[in-house]
Formats: sequence, structure tokens, C-alpha cells
Amino acid sequence: MSLALGTSIVFANNLPAGLVPVALEDHPAFQNLPGKHSEMIILNDRPINAETPPHLLDDDVTPGDLFFVRNNGLPPNRKEINLKTWSISFDGESAKQKKTYTLDELKSKFKTYTYQLTLECGGNGRKEFNPPAKGNQWGLGAVACAEWTGVRLKDVLQDIGLKSDAVYIAYYGKDMHLSGDPKKDPISRGVPIPKAMEDESLIAWSMNGQDIPLLNGYPVRLVFGGWPASCSGKWLERISIRNKVHDGTKMTGQAYRVPCNPVAPGSKVENEDMCIIESMPVKSLITFPKTGAQIKLNQTLPIRGHAWAGDLEVQSVEYSIDFGSTWKTCELNKPANRLAWQRFSTKIKFPKVGYYEVWARAKDSNGKTQPMLLPGWNPKGYLNNACHRVAIKVT
Amino acid sequence: MKTPEGLNDKQKDQYQEAWLDTLRTFIFGAKTILFFVFAALLYIPLEDDIKNLFKEKQEVKVTTNRSTEKDEDYDRVENGIHVQTGFVVAPGFDEVRANCTVCHSSKLVTQNRATREGWEQMIIWMQEKQGLWDLGDRKPIILDYLSTHYAPIKKGRRDNIDIAEVEWYILDLENTD
Ligand code: HEC
Repeated sequence: MSLALGTSIVFANNLPAGLVPVALEDHPAFQNLPGKHSEMIILNDRPINAETPPHLLDDDVTPGDLFFVRNNGLPPNRKEINLKTWSISFDGESAKQKKTYTLDELKSKFKTYTYQLTLECGGNGRKEFNPPAKGNQWGLGAVACAEWTGVRLKDVLQDIGLKSDAVYIAYYGKDMHLSGDPKKDPISRGVPIPKAMEDESLIAWSMNGQDIPLLNGYPVRLVFGGWPASCSGKWLERISIRNKVHDGTKMTGQAYRVPCNPVAPGSKVENEDMCIIESMPVKSLITFPKTGAQIKLNQTLPIRGHAWAGDLEVQSVEYSIDFGSTWKTCELNKPANRLAWQRFSTKIKFPKVGYYEVWARAKDSNGKTQPMLLPGWNPKGYLNNACHRVAIKVT
Repeated sequence: MKTPEGLNDKQKDQYQEAWLDTLRTFIFGAKTILFFVFAALLYIPLEDDIKNLFKEKQEVKVTTNRSTEKDEDYDRVENGIHVQTGFVVAPGFDEVRANCTVCHSSKLVTQNRATREGWEQMIIWMQEKQGLWDLGDRKPIILDYLSTHYAPIKKGRRDNIDIAEVEWYILDLENTD
């Protein structure tokens, strides 16, 4: 192997058996991701990470083939997934009993609910941070709002019984660590008990009335709307009820954490000064028109998009066509249910010909709005909710 | 020569082919080195020249003697970029390709930009948490490569919209309402 690469892999004997560098592998580069739209922007093909161009997120409810993909490891092989035997086990220090349910048992034993829930990757917008932040360089489209069907996590947790010292629920999935080491989890996160006990917190097996796409967690996953999507474990096999904040992979260190107190750009922040991200900040996306539209001066430009605010509701959305000097209010719909994104729209008349940018900014129910510049710098580049901008030419 | 286990026949053929190629490259390389040593004795080369010589040697190495089409794809370089991985072809390329595309694709590397210290932190993190091995004396070569070719670009609190990237189109408004 070393010779074929013209260099040697030092300590190659530490490589798990059967693992071949991707550069040596005889694998075709992805043109198209399985089950995904051909215009998805592929940031990485191993593990698969892909985002959706904003203008393709125009649907009220995001179709499965346009739902972004953030994988930390390798998803299970579809052929190896047996729906009849797939089960989810519950355990942990704070579980009153250990219990395992097959997927069929979950479906028959508990009441089924359907909600539209917004999921956004904690690192959506990372690409804009300066100094640059480590990880996949997400642009705008690592967000989606689909209609999820499943059982309430709280109903299942109540069936098992929580001890009074329960603090966190932790998930484990069937995906494999990139190194191929079966003892390593690609990711194992979760949420505090109060979030787990919300009505909208689901163990879901269906997206938009269909099977969940394999890359998004088929056959079953957690969905916690409004929180970093990494909380919502995919290919769900096991839930552990912890008596402390979960300490699984990507819970500790700097992962999915931001400085507890604001820091200057580029600062080195110690692990103990980093706090876990919970609810995501208020944000919006212009999904029509696609950036680059040219119109005539006598035409009126309709614009529309979505706005969301983590655990909160969006109270208003405004737009500016003069680089933030003046703002006008858009129409804004109520969410389909709590934690669903909200449709905004308006019509714009431009005063004279020229180059414009349409900027949109949303305000949450606590009165916080999106910044026009980048929000607080953080080492891993999370939570960029700076306002979205589209370029327009009026001729 | 021992072929590693777990390869299919095609990979084995490729492996053996590549091994022979490497042997040829090695002999060629040895001759080249002798030539350089000889040349160095005759002239006192300037620093820049030395750098250029090494650069040339690297490029020769990845483009020599490839017979089949497949192999050409495997090592194809366009405008200094290795087509298959997207890596800049420069000293350190071989080491980075061999060590940094084992678990994830090169895309995760080329997307990122960091200082030498930043790259080192990422490597330490992968060694502590993700099963990356000790890179031995390859580590400084890899760090030099990454911090040279994937260094941060200076920019402000927010970039302009990248106008060069915008695809302008006529919006047909009759159909939009
Ligand atoms: C043993 C497996 C392994 C090897 C070999 C490896 N990496 Fe990684 N690397 C990982 C894992 C796992 C991640 C996290 C991936 C994810 O969560 O998407 C990662 C993430 C990264 C990231 C993103 C950093 C972040 O904070 O998310 C960069 C950049 C990177 N690797 C560069 C490299 C470079 C450069 C090399 C070669 C020196 C290398 N990797 C070799 C396993 C590896």
C-alpha cells in the first residue's frame, strides 16, 4: 500500500484491517447522493455532508430529497436493515428498568403524532467566520423543516420510568466510526430531560408520510426541533437515561459548544469555558427569488422565505434594499405548530435602476433580531445567524 | 513483494503495477539525486533555485510513466491541482494524500484553512479522539504543507456577496404570482 502511494503510512499497522485510504480506493466520486436532489451541494463525500441551495428550500415542508445531510460516520447499509427486528433499547443510571422495544411495538403501544419540525445544523453558516473555524464549511442550506411522524419520547420514557436524578438522555445509532473501529461512536449526543419531555420531541420513523431517507436516519431517529440537529440521533438503536450531562462523542471538549462568555475573534478558549449549545438563534432564509435575479424597473418583485427561532416563535420579519439603512415589514404566517418554521413574504418596488441586495432579518418572541454582520466569533464556528442577502439587478 | 490482504483482484493488479512504477521512479529518483549532488558540488545554488528543483522533482514523480488510462486518472494533475483529491501538488502532497484520506475524503481537508498551530490542534484532536496514528517524522512535512497551501485568508467581519459567483438570470415575473 505504501509503495502505491509513493510514501509510507507511518504506523500503518495501527490501521484497522481492511481499511484502504480513500485515495487508493477504487470508488467513483459522487455525482449524485443516493436519494438526494442532483443540485445538493456536496461538501464532503466521506462522510457525506451536503447542503441545499436556498432557492430549493422554497417548499413550506422540505421534501426528503432536499433535506440536508450531516453525517459524522458511515450510515448502515440499507440491505442490512431489517424492519421486523429493528429495536431500540433503553438503559442508563437513571432508568427505573432496562427495556427494549421493536419498531412495531413502539408503533402499536404508543400514540402517534405528526409535527413539522425545523432542524438546523449547529455549524450552518460556519464558512463566513473569520478567522476560519474548523469543520465542514457550511454555507446557508444546512436547515430544513419536514413533517415528522412518530411517538413522543416522553410517553416512552414514562413507560420505562425515570429516577428523580435523571439529567440527560443520550442516543446511540447504528452508524460506524470513520476509522472502522466498532468501539468508537461517530457521534453520541442527546438533550436534557426537560427538552426530552416536550410534546414535540419525537422518536420518528416517517418524514413527510414516507420512510426517512437513509442518509437522514432510516429507519428511525430522534427529532428535537429548534436545537442543533446533532441532538437528534439517527439510525437510533439505544437511548441511555443519564444521571449527569451526557459525556458521549461530540458532547465534550469544543464540539457543539460556544464560549460561555463572549471572546475576541481568534481567541483560544479552554474546554471548561465552553458551554453546550441548546436552542438555536433566530434566523431566516430568502427562498425566492434565487440570488442573481434581473428585473425591470416597472416590475414588482415578490420575495418569500422562512424564519425560525429555536425554541421560540418568530414575531416579525423585515427586509432592506438599502444595505440596512431602512427596514420594512414582511407578512409573516403563524407556524404550523410549535418549532415549525414560518413563511414570510412581501412585494418590493425598486426606486431606480441599479444593483441591489435584498436583506431579510427576523425577530424572535424575546425581541432578539438577526445581526447584519457575523455574530460572536467562536472557535468551532457555530450559530452564524447573520441576515441572508440576495443580489438583484434592476434594469 | 507481499500484496496486502483485503484487496480485490483489480486492486491487486493496480497495486502491483504501482509497485513496479514506484521501483522505476525510485531508480530514476536515485539517478536524479546523484545528478543533484554532482550539480551541487559544481555550483553554489541560490535558495530559490533549490526550492524550484524540489518542486520540479515532485511534479515529475506524479506524472511519470503511467501506462493505463486508469492510472493517468489516478495521478492526473491540472494547474498544479491533483484532480482526484483536489490537493495542491507540492512538497508534502504524498504524505498528506497517504495519511489524510484514510478515514474521510480529501474534501474535509481542502475545505478548511488554518494556521500551522490550528492544523496541529486538529491533528492532535484526531489523534486523541478519532484514532489517527502517530505521524512520526511525517508530521512536520504535513504541517508545512497544510499551513502553506491551506492558510487562512484575511477578510473582515463579513464578506461582500461574491458577485463573480452570482449567476445572473432574467426573472420571468408573469409566472411567479
Ligand atoms: C483515523 C481516522 C482519521 C484520519 C487518518 C484523519 N482524520 Fe481527519 N477526521 C477524522 C474524524 C472522525 C473527523 C470528524 C469527522 C466529522 O465529524 O465529520 C475528522 C475531521 C477532520 C477535519 C475537520 C475538523 C473538525 O474540527 O471537524 C479536518 C480538517 C481533518 N479531519 C483533517 C485531517 C488531516 C489533515 C488528516 C491527515 C493528517 C486527517 N484528517 C486524517 C478522522 C481521521
